[in-house]
Amino acid sequence: MLQAYLPILIFIAVALIMGGVVILAGRVLGPHRPDSAKLSPYECGFEAFEDARMKFDVRYYLVAILFIIFDLEIAFLFPWAVALNEIGMFGFVSMMVFLGILTVGFIYEWKKGALEWE
Amino acid sequence: MAQLWSDYVWPLTVMVAQSVLLLVVLLLAVAYVLYADRKVWAAVQLRRGPNVVGPWGLLQSFADLLKFVVKEPTIPDSANKGVFLLAPLVTCVLALAAWAVIPVNAGWVIADLNVGILYVFAISSLMVYGIIMGGWASNSKYPFLSALRSAAQMVSYEVSIGFVMITVLLCVGSLNLTDIVDAQDSQWGLFGWFWLPLFPMFAIFFISALAETNRPPFDLVEAESELVAGFMVEYGSTPYMMFMLGEYVAIVTMCAMCTILFMGGWLPPIPVAPFTWVPGVVWFALKALAVFFMFAMVKAFVPRYRYDQLMRLGWKVFLPLSLAMVAIVAAVLQLTGLAPR
Repeated sequence: MLQAYLPILIFIAVALIMGGVVILAGRVLGPHRPDSAKLSPYECGFEAFEDARMKFDVRYYLVAILFIIFDLEIAFLFPWAVALNEIGMFGFVSMMVFLGILTVGFIYEWKKGALEWE
Repeated sequence: MAQLWSDYVWPLTVMVAQSVLLLVVLLLAVAYVLYADRKVWAAVQLRRGPNVVGPWGLLQSFADLLKFVVKEPTIPDSANKGVFLLAPLVTCVLALAAWAVIPVNAGWVIADLNVGILYVFAISSLMVYGIIMGGWASNSKYPFLSALRSAAQMVSYEVSIGFVMITVLLCVGSLNLTDIVDAQDSQWGLFGWFWLPLFPMFAIFFISALAETNRPPFDLVEAESELVAGFMVEYGSTPYMMFMLGEYVAIVTMCAMCTILFMGGWLPPIPVAPFTWVPGVVWFALKALAVFFMFAMVKAFVPRYRYDQLMRLGWKVFLPLSLAMVAIVAAVLQLTGLAPR
């Protein structure tokens, strides 16, 4: 069963080696003459004047939370979609009820303005 | 000893050889996809595009590669150096990793997973890490803003791509990518493929794929007029090249997924004699190229979206639409008894 995953591991390992070689090649073959101006963070010619890791809009966080809900739902739908024929009407109706409840939540967040960006 | 050879060493060698072969073919394909992208873009704007290096500029991508390799890689002083260098590697390797399960012909696949589509979905979800790591580790303002934007954008469209995959799965009844192509095999040829019955989902998948891979018109991640180049501002030399490579490999992956899910993979468009003689891998490549041509044309034609428009499209149009389509397709399959056994 798990044997099917071995080729994937090997493939990823080969890709990793290749990527590592390419990054190293840039290091080895390229020139290396750093100075303090070159190594300062880019800010359109200004000196960087405060920490770059600043406060950010909470809506990015909201989107991430909403994504988790819907992505879990999708992960939940995968086995249901494959087995739809075997679980019959009962399985179909249960999932529709589940989707209905989620849709109510979705409408709520829409009305609350969680999806608004201006 | 002979046992050890035939049971472990030889299969392992074959796997490594297959992996290397696929990687080489894939990277060559990406080199020419890049070239095609620039040529199409140039042709739309009545320019010639790259035409100096090699005949018709065919060696342009390789000249670019050499140029990247001999440039100086800089790492900003304030950056987290490990994560900074890891980010392009993660982007590139994850983009390539998806190809381990993509069948380019009947049986031509590195690992014929029974949960293939789930694997592709998982890998493409992980792609966002490379961008976030790059944006965060740079410790610079533009990359940071760009990483935030791109994280929100990619996860938003991930959701609709997920629902599109579910509708296809409903019609197939298997998570295996080879089974998905086989399910589209019929006497009707190209009219038996899923693009026709699931046309709205085909359109949603295509547009979401544009957003998912940060292609124009959804390239807000590197909107050069406001964020200069987004999360790649601090990168140069080969690390930058790895980001670009990862991006284009992801685009080719999306073209391949579009081909497998909706355009019958390696199946010939008309199942009669002269078309069935052509090897499946040729059909696969042609179809993936056709999808990529659409990617390139969209880049040339469509102006960039604003961020609020992008989020509205993702959450208020595609999400409800694809969710409704999941319910409708399931209901139709259930009520007509067409659900696959």
